[in-house]
Amino acid sequence: MSNAHVMLGLLSRGQQHGYDLKRAHDEQFPAARPLAYGQVYATLQRLEKQGLVEPVTVERVDGPDRTVYALTDAGRTELADWLDSPEPPSPYVSNPLAVKVTLTILAAGEQEAHTYLRRQRAAHLDRMRDYTRTKTEPSSSLPQVLAADYALAHLDADLRWIDTALQRVGALTKEITS
Amino acid sequence: MSTASGEKAVALSARSLVYSYGAAPAVKGVSLEVARGEILSITGASGSGKSTLLLCLAGVLAPDAGEVRLGDRIISAESESERSRLRRSQVGVVFQFGQLVPELTALENVALPLLLGGARRSAAETAARTWLERFEVGGLADARPPGMSGGQSQRVAIARAMVTEPEVVLADEPTGALDSLSGELVMNQLVRVVREAGTTVVLVTHDARVSAYGDREIHLRDGELDPHPADLLDAGVS
Ligand SMILES: Nc1ncnc2c1ncn2[C@@H]1O[C@H](COP(=O)(O)OP(=O)(O)OP(=O)(O)O)[C@@H](O)[C@H]1O
Ligand SMILES: [Mg+2]
Repeated sequence: MSNAHVMLGLLSRGQQHGYDLKRAHDEQFPAARPLAYGQVYATLQRLEKQGLVEPVTVERVDGPDRTVYALTDAGRTELADWLDSPEPPSPYVSNPLAVKVTLTILAAGEQEAHTYLRRQRAAHLDRMRDYTRTKTEPSSSLPQVLAADYALAHLDADLRWIDTALQRVGALTKEITS
Repeated sequence: MSTASGEKAVALSARSLVYSYGAAPAVKGVSLEVARGEILSITGASGSGKSTLLLCLAGVLAPDAGEVRLGDRIISAESESERSRLRRSQVGVVFQFGQLVPELTALENVALPLLLGGARRSAAETAARTWLERFEVGGLADARPPGMSGGQSQRVAIARAMVTEPEVVLADEPTGALDSLSGELVMNQLVRVVREAGTTVVLVTHDARVSAYGDREIHLRDGELDPHPADLLDAGVS
């Protein structure tokens, strides 16, 4: 996923200038890093060169001139193609927690690995409590709730792994120290 | 909520609880304290003794050893009939498995604890209706449990646990049978209502996402409490 595609998506609601796009982005995607205006401007220029967006008018309100952009037909096709194709499911193969468990067993022993996992579990659960609070806050917007849900689901996946690992520390210790 | 000394008032506590169904104890010396207004989660693997512990806290089971205190009363020392009276008036319980009376409507189910406590029918039904509405199942007042979805009957069961406005609610896997969105809606409502009422809650679950609604978690393993990780000696690599 690229910011360029996100810009195309946001422009599908109608022509907008860069500042509006930045604001819409930050509001719709509260979990994403807020866009810098310079980044938006550079992306729009690149998209214009590719023929995916075009400037339609320049707004002169108080302050600087603002170029208003719209999707071109090519831009619309590009957006539709992108939206139609599923993102590659991320395999999350690198697991820093597993690395730490193995190294703790090697450096300190089984009991310490167990203790490490218990602490990690507590730390994960603390984060889950924070996100749960965000979710239940009546003032949270639906995008914020969904972002918290996403974080919670991933933390929960880690936590399930931690629970399984806790039951297997003994067996793992035997295997890697034999 | 604090006492004059600034300490948190303890709503419910257990000391060295032991309970056995047969030869091997299912709960082996558990001690805990729940502060007033606190939501405490109890997690642990299947068979670790969560439900047994909760039933002891609720006064449904009488422990073989140790005591359960509700406020300043030692309920584990009370007679069976006194425990069940206390349970009706001061403790709300949501059980893990089938608990609504299938022959009664949702309204009658929720009104039941008040009627058993001696309330007049009209007053009991008015209160029951209010609690059904609070959990957004007011429309089901005349429905009977066999015709309800899992989430609906769970909401009715929670309304029934809260209708006496108990100091303490004990809930065993309140969302166990629900998909994650329905479970979340039930939890959101439960937490909103108990926070408003200042109710103390003990929440048994094997699901970390449910546990995260609590203020604090304790973990059971083979009938014993795991020490909190913060209390474990710093045994890491130094
Ligand atoms: N009515 C019973 N008679 C005999 N043994 C029981 C009874 N209920 C529970 N046990 C045993 O006591 C132990 C603890 O069971 P308990 O139901 O408290 O576990 P739990 O943590 O609630 O499990 P789950 O997550 O599956 O609900 C288990 O070994 C179980 O087999
Ligand atoms: Mg159980």
